[in-house]
Amino acid sequence: MIGRVRRPYADPYVAGACLGVVLLAAFVITGRGLGASGAFATTAAGLTHAIAPAEAEANPYFARYLGGGGPWRDWLLFEIGGVALGGALSAWAAGRLRGEVERGPRARRRSRLVLGFAGGMVMGLGAVLARGCTSGLALTGGALLSVGAWLFMLAAFAGAYLAAPVLRRVWR
Amino acid sequence: MTAPWIEGDTSGAGLAIAVACGAAFGAALERAGLGSARKLVGQFYGTDLTVFKVMFSAIVVAMLGAFWLGQAGVLDLARVAVPDTWLAPQLIGGAVFGAGMATAGLCPGTSCVAAASGRGDGLAVMLGMFSGVLVTGLLFAPLRALHESTARGPLTVSAWLGVPYGAVVLAVVAIALVGFGVAERIERPA
Repeated sequence: MIGRVRRPYADPYVAGACLGVVLLAAFVITGRGLGASGAFATTAAGLTHAIAPAEAEANPYFARYLGGGGPWRDWLLFEIGGVALGGALSAWAAGRLRGEVERGPRARRRSRLVLGFAGGMVMGLGAVLARGCTSGLALTGGALLSVGAWLFMLAAFAGAYLAAPVLRRVWR
Repeated sequence: MTAPWIEGDTSGAGLAIAVACGAAFGAALERAGLGSARKLVGQFYGTDLTVFKVMFSAIVVAMLGAFWLGQAGVLDLARVAVPDTWLAPQLIGGAVFGAGMATAGLCPGTSCVAAASGRGDGLAVMLGMFSGVLVTGLLFAPLRALHESTARGPLTVSAWLGVPYGAVVLAVVAIALVGFGVAERIERPA
């Protein structure tokens, strides 16, 4: 990729409208929306089941991912594989595929990775409690006018805006 | 044949469609720049409101599409899965999730895009998200009462308020348009 020019990002309204068409296509074809946290949950359930089957089946949270075709034939797991594939292809086509650790101007590489991991863990707790994340709940449920999805979205923005001033040194 | 065409299909074809939907989703997020943590957190410092603009234009387009395809009889909305409402867990979980998102700089979906475009911080967020779900799942017992409280089923805003579906759609479009105008003013350098 050396020497390739990074193309600017798309207009947010155009990119958003395209995303809306993708979401609508998912409704029309499959009767369900998009998602992300479910892929992490089914992987966690599947790994726990591989190591300790009885414990996983007795766990009321993991058990819901162990029915049907099993944790590894989960729709969202394949969909998130597609997200990575589509993201990589799009970044490559735009000259944006490159190894880096993106961080604020004053943040150290290691602190960025530690905070990324820690923030990810907190999101994991929130997503388990809420039964979804920004994709499966806020975006999908938002378009279908689910009350819980809109409550989740408002609460998530509120939580992020409350936490942001504390994290100013990390990002600005 | 009335849509949706292949509900709950986990056959090879169904999973191939999952990969295709995901690839289009990932590409749209990457094009919008949401695989970049610095761009994403700009939302919370008022410098770059891409998150709001992308999310609300996507919601408006998908919402209008679902509404009109439903009206036209092309899409049977009764067979499209509306995410269930659980008041307390979604309010508390949402606030916790938001604080985590501001710390991580990415959400679960965009962390996959960031990692796939070569960003180590995206991978760190993915690993953190996975660990968070795993640990919460393993220590689920004390959270179960909260998790299963205040269930409201697949409740929509129109059913909740007793307002016609079309009126809620119109209100969301109006709110989004006003929001876009405000976003453009906030972003404009002083």
